[in-house]
Formats: sequence, C-alpha cells, structure tokens
Amino acid sequence: MNDITLHRDLAKFLAEQEGKSLLRFLTCGSVDDGKSTLIGRLLYDSKLLFDDHLSALEKDSKKHGTTGGDIDFALLVDGLEAEREQGITIDVAYRFFATEKRRFIVADCPGHEQYTRNMATGASNSELAVILIDARKGVLTQTRRHAYIASLLGIRHVVLAINKVDLVDYKQKVFEPIVAEFKEFAKDLGFSNLVAIPMSARFGDNVIEESPNTPWYNGPTFLSHLETVDVETALAAQPFRMPVQWVNRPNLDFRGFSGTVVSGRVRKGDKVVVAKSGRESTVKRIATMDGDLEEAVAGAAITLCLADEVDISRGDVLCEPTARPEVSDQFAAHVLWMMDDEMLPGRQYLLKVGTATVPATISELKHKVDVNTLEHLAAKTLGLNEVGYVNISTSRPIAFDPYAENRDTGGFIVIDRFTNATAGAGMIDFGLRRATNVHWQAMTTNKRLRSAIKGQRPAVLWFTGLSGSGKSTIANLVEQKLCNLGRHTYMLDGDNVRHGLNRDLGFTDADRVENIRRVGEAAKLFVDAGQIVLVSFISPFRSERRMARELLEPGEFIEIFVDTPIEVCMQRDPKGLYEKAKAGEIKNFTGIDSPYEPPELADITLPTVERPPEESAEEVIEFLRERGFIF
Amino acid sequence: MQQFAGAARPQEFGVAEVERDPHLSHLKRLEAESIHIIREVAAEFRNPVMLYSIGKDSSVMLHLALKAFYPSKPPFPLLHVDTTWKFREMIQFRDDTAKRLGLNLLVHINQEGLTRGINPFDSGSSLHTQVMKTESLKQALDKHGFDAAFGGARRDEEKSRAKERVFSFRTASHTWDPKNQRPELWRTYNTRINKGESIRVFPLSNWTELDVWQYVMKENIPIVPLYFAKQRPIVERDGTLIMVDDERMKLADGEQPEMRMVRFRTLGCYPLTGAIESTADTLEGIVTEMFTARTSERQGRLIDSDEKASMEKKKREGYF
Repeated sequence: MNDITLHRDLAKFLAEQEGKSLLRFLTCGSVDDGKSTLIGRLLYDSKLLFDDHLSALEKDSKKHGTTGGDIDFALLVDGLEAEREQGITIDVAYRFFATEKRRFIVADCPGHEQYTRNMATGASNSELAVILIDARKGVLTQTRRHAYIASLLGIRHVVLAINKVDLVDYKQKVFEPIVAEFKEFAKDLGFSNLVAIPMSARFGDNVIEESPNTPWYNGPTFLSHLETVDVETALAAQPFRMPVQWVNRPNLDFRGFSGTVVSGRVRKGDKVVVAKSGRESTVKRIATMDGDLEEAVAGAAITLCLADEVDISRGDVLCEPTARPEVSDQFAAHVLWMMDDEMLPGRQYLLKVGTATVPATISELKHKVDVNTLEHLAAKTLGLNEVGYVNISTSRPIAFDPYAENRDTGGFIVIDRFTNATAGAGMIDFGLRRATNVHWQAMTTNKRLRSAIKGQRPAVLWFTGLSGSGKSTIANLVEQKLCNLGRHTYMLDGDNVRHGLNRDLGFTDADRVENIRRVGEAAKLFVDAGQIVLVSFISPFRSERRMARELLEPGEFIEIFVDTPIEVCMQRDPKGLYEKAKAGEIKNFTGIDSPYEPPELADITLPTVERPPEESAEEVIEFLRERGFIF
Repeated sequence: MQQFAGAARPQEFGVAEVERDPHLSHLKRLEAESIHIIREVAAEFRNPVMLYSIGKDSSVMLHLALKAFYPSKPPFPLLHVDTTWKFREMIQFRDDTAKRLGLNLLVHINQEGLTRGINPFDSGSSLHTQVMKTESLKQALDKHGFDAAFGGARRDEEKSRAKERVFSFRTASHTWDPKNQRPELWRTYNTRINKGESIRVFPLSNWTELDVWQYVMKENIPIVPLYFAKQRPIVERDGTLIMVDDERMKLADGEQPEMRMVRFRTLGCYPLTGAIESTADTLEGIVTEMFTARTSERQGRLIDSDEKASMEKKKREGYF
C-alpha cells in the first residue's frame, strides 16, 4: 500500500478501502500457548508496525523480553504494566490491521482461567476464534474451556493453531493426534468450519509464508485463511429488529425513535409492530442528518418516525408484523458467571437485554457444565467462570429472540444490584410457554377494601439483626401493643417458619436466599389480606431484604434494624447457639462464619444496649402512627 | 425456530442469484457503532458531558453526536479542560465551533495550578500534565457532578488504550483499575454506577487514525488549520519540532525560530507537541501522507514517553 503517492489514485484507493470486508476474530487458548506472540508476528511480518513502535519494542524486548534478546512480540499487545512484569495477558487487547484483501479487528484474549470473563468479552463480538495449542502440551483444560465458551457465544468458525511446532521438530505425528483429540471434543460444539494449522509464531512458520519445515502440510497459511474464510451471517436477511434507545422529541412536530437496526431491514412505508404491546404503525420517515433514507439495513443507526401516535419508549423492540420476537417473563438460558460472589438462585439481579433493563431472578439452576467433559452436573450455585443452564424470571415481560438466531436480542448481561458489577453474561435459548399462559386472576375485592374495614394500612415490619439481638422480643411486644389497639396483625418468625414452610431449607447462601424469598412472598399475601405483618428474621444479606422490599408496593416495607453488637449477642446467647458455632458444631452461623450485612438506610434503627425492649417497641408504634399506618 | 417459519423475507437459497448481504461500508459501520454508544449514554445517564479537546478526534466525535440526536441538539454540554497552553488557533477554533453549532461549551482552568505558576517549561511536562490536565479534569467533573464523560480516545493510539473498555468505569476518586475492568459483551453496555462513581465513554474506540482522516474528508468536517502544512516559526529541540506560538516560549541561547513547512498530526499543549515536516496542505494530501506514514501519531507527543508505562499511569490517576 506504500506505493500510493499520487493524488489521482487516492479516490480509487479509498473506494477499495471502503469496500473491504471486515473479519473480527479472537485469539484464545491456554497460558503460554503464544497468543500474543502470534498477533505480534502477524503485525510484524505484514509490515504493519510503525517505526517508533518497532524501536520501542526492541528496547522493551531487552528489558522485559522472554526470548533471550530476540524480539518478544508479545510485548506489542501486552500493554498493561502488570502484564509486562508478569509476562501474562490479563485483559483483551484490540488491534486493528488491514491487508490488501480484508480488514481485521483482533481481540487478543488472556489464557488464565481467572480471566475467562475477559475472554468472553473478546468472543462476544467475534466471528472467528483462533484457538492456540502448544504442540508440546496438546489439548489442555483451558483449550476446552475456551472452545466451549467460543461456541456458547455463537462462534462457528475456528482456526486450531498448533503452535511451537519448531519445538517438536515439525513432526506430523505430533500434529495429527492433537487435531484428532480436539475434533473429538468439539464434535457437539456446532463449529461449522474448523481448520488446523501447524505453526511457529516465534519463527513465522505458516503464519504468512508457507513453511519449508512442514512439507506434509498442504492447507492454507494462517493469514491466507483469515483473508479468505467466509463468515457472512446475512444479518440483513433476518427479520427486522430495532431496540429503541432514545425517543427523539425536539419539538411538537417531530417524534422519532432512535436506535440501531440489529437485524433485517426497514423501508419507508413498511409496517412495524411494537413487540411487547403489539401496537402497529407504518414507517413515515427514516430520518438522518444526511437526509431521509428510503431503506436502512442491519447495522445502521437511524431514527424512525411513524404514521400513528403509538406509545413507545426506551427498551421497546420494533419488529416486522409477520416475524415477531417472543415476549415472555420467563425463559431458559445459558449463563456464564463473571463475579466472585456466586450466583444465587432466588436473588434479584438486573438483566439488560438490548436496551431494556429489568429486575430478574434465576428461578432455577438446572445444571452446570463441566468444561472439560461438557457433562451436566447438578449444582445449587454458580461460581466465577462457571457456566450453567438456568430458567430466568423477569419482573415484567421482555421481547427477545433465541441467541442462536440473534445475538443482539438474545444476549443479555446480568448486573449485581449492589456493586453494579457485570455479574454474568447470558444467551437465551427459548421462552417458557408457561409464562404466556398463566394470567393474573383479576379479583373484585382488593387490598384497599380489605384493609379499610380493618381501619389500618397494611405493612411489613421487617426486623433484621444478628441472632440474639432481640428481634423476636421486640417484635412480640409490638404485636401485643397493636393487638391491644385493635389492629390486625400476623407474625412470621424465622425459627418458626423453618419448622414448616421452609423445613426443606438449610443454611447455605443459596438456601438463605430461598428462605427469604418464600417469607417475602408469604408476607406479601398477608399484606394483600390487609394485615400488618411482623417478620423477625436474621436476613443477613442486603440484596434479599431489597428483594422482599420490591415484592411490595412502595412504602409498605418497613426495615427495622435491631442494632446489637455481636459481642453483646454472644454474651446473651439465649439459645446457646454462639457457643455451639464457636465450637464448630453449627456451620454457616451468621456473625461467626457467615457474614451479616447491616442495612445502609433502615427505616428504623433500634439500638438495644442499655435500652429496654419496651422503649424500642413504643418507637415502632410511634412510627406507624406518624406514617398513618394506624390512626 | 417456528416463529420465523412465516418470515416475510426467507433466505432465498433456491434462486439462481443469491442476494449477498448488503453490509454497510467500513466508515458507515464505524459511524453507526459510535452513534449507538453516544445514544446509550444520553439515555442512561443523569448528567453526561462530552470532553472536547479541539483536535480531529474531538471534531469527529462532536460530528457523530450531532448525527446521533438530529434533529435535536446533543443533550449534553461540551467541556474543554484548558491548560492555558493550547495553540491560539485551537482556542479560536473552539469558540467558533461552539458558536456555529449553538452548543453549550464549558471551559475549565485549574486556577490553583495557575496561581502556583505551573507551566510546561519550568514545571516539566509531567507535573504540568498532572496539574493542568488530570487534576483540572477531575475538578471540572466533580464541580458539575458529571456521571459520564465522553472522550475521543482510540484503541489504536497506545497500548494501554488498546486494553480499555468502551464504557470504562471510574471510582469516586476517578481512578481506573485496568486489572479489574467490567466484562463488556456485544453492544450491551453496563451503565450502572453508584453515587459519586462515573464512566468514561469512548465512542471512537474502534477507529484508527486513518479512519478518522477518511471520515473527516468524506463528511467535510471542519478541523483546526494546524493540521494542514504551512510555514510556521519552529525551533528544534532534541529532534522535536516545537512551534513558537506566543512570547511565553523561552528560547535557549543560540535558539532562533525559523520558518519551516510543517503540520501537526496531533494537537495538545504547544510546547509539548511536535510538528512534522510536510507539504500536505489539503485533506487529500494528509490522507495520502497517512498511507505512507512510518511512525505513529503519538510519536510527537512528549508526554507519552516521560516514563515507563506512562499513559497507563496517567490513566489510572484519572487522565483521559
């Protein structure tokens, strides 16, 4: 490309540039298989490095290099200080390059298991995966893990790069068994195109030039394969989908819906439907700053104006009337967990699908997948970097497609509600039909009516605190006082509920979450009956208390923190439990070997040290009077 | 699956001439991706701002923001962190641009740094950048309580940038933890933050320098004239061509500015930005030059090579 010096060639040249297709691929595999080195070699041999980068590389190689004075290509992509010091890749690096035939975006992914989530990040936007294998080591656990995750994220094209063949004397009989072993493992992973290439990234064998050292290999070189592999996904031929990002309303005369066409195409005059509401309209304009368009295809960022006033907001999906997405509040999906805290069925998370964000819970973990054998294993929770198959229930219906058909409307992220961390990535399999068929039974008598006859506003008084903090004592007193005032109450006590409704649950984190979920639901039924419900539960996790809060209407949930220091609780130890926990006779005891997360903003905080329970109970009654729950 | 059985446009594999997928051209694809990112921020954040550094990348980013919300105006202000050492032509261009487009432009100067007399000549580039750019930026973000800030950085610029997310999380003290970034899948960006935390957003992450220039040319985007070659007063220091932009530039003994035909590939504080010798005085000329370039654009940036892993260090501390 360096011979372009004349202006008159420029226009032609630019047109060629514009027309080149793009291949997005990732490099993955186990630690030290040579991923970064391969990318570095590719850039170096295709003369795509700037002089100042090259001289910096030579300098760096002497300082940090692991190749004994030779250029260490890995240093080209391992850009973080920690990476260079430790000689490992921690996060994805993106590199951009182009040859005469094609443009490339390569995501160089880390090999360590602990950084699997970063590998998934790289895979989510790639069409092809280059899986490296060290010829001396063969197929390793990480090779299988990465192959599986690439497959899970929808990658159908794989290059198996058997690297470091120089260290096994370029032997065909080393190469072939590795390829056979990988193919056997990958036979159910849905790869439509798998090409194995023997190479040496360090010395350049079969990277760009055919190697004289592997005369037995007749396939393409690495680069020539990348330049020619057909990965067309025909997105524009799929049904039209546009998740609405933003409602554009500069003045009364213009109302547009902005978003990216993620699949299919849309023309002026086309009928479109709002997936969730089923409301239909016609495309009046496709507005852009460069003028109105007649048609927009997959990938375009546009603004649609419709012929009718239809209620549409961010999170809605516009689609074509004859090929709509599913709409449901329950679906089955694969989830890759990405957070240190394990995934707990029953806990509430946020789910972001396209442009819609909704509260959701994992209603069931059906199994987790052993990445080594692809076997299904029974599990109660998912840990960091584990993959599970789950049912998910969202707080309101969403529109989606199976991930296999549409990455944009079928992929979702899971967000932790407290840290806001991206806790997981999910790929929707199918909607659960049940959701569309179980409808709410509309009742003529309602909560308002039921509570009105009782002369009170229903509420949940949620007492949380350590074991022995005095929750039940105070709750009992409050209930007595309310009964004396002629109010209608009900008490759900932690220990008592565990004898009946929750008899089947233990004390693991997962069971604690389910424990609270059931009590929350039970309390909700009593509130619907018009009662003032007292719940006395240790309920150690913020997220579950929040989940209980969100089951109810705003204002109905009153969080009462019985604030007693653990030393005092241990001293009181009314049931002798701390003694047993310390002796190791009780596992997962809150405050001893299981955490308690105090409320950040309790509605009422009751310190109990040097304060009689009677006073605390009176404070709660006073609160209920002030807020108009009792009059 | 079954619901697609009756799709309006089945894939017609049987017909003689299979219609190829009409994909967007390269620049259109980049443009659409950036617009998507910009809209996502406007829709999800309470109080976003667009960092406007006046350079070509900022010009492109601003142009994309205009497109993203057309016919509305971008629903956020522009912020320029002024070190008081920018080229005079940059400041002129900045003010003209805000006026021409009718946009709200905020300018922040670290007054404390000014009082302390921080400048690139006596304080050194490192301290100057730390106080007048990084600290100043943090002051401005805190002052206005911005929860998201767009920056025009690209992944091809520098190695630590190549590792950064499109939506890059910052703690309440504006620090970046490169070892613990949020996974970022598809174009589904996690925009959730707690109070005081913020996100830096890079809509041009996947653009290269060449893409930027081709787009400037295709869209006819106004840029600062310093990008075009012209006779300018230059002194050469340690192989770097520094333009004498005002009387604050102290000349060493025997140093005498001479008129040379130069242009800038990248723009920053004038004493810290090296010019290149060039005759490219049109966009076509610049693009042609780009195709034959053998050095990277940041080579002319003195602040990048201050110390080892220099950019990453600055970024951790809150630099863009």
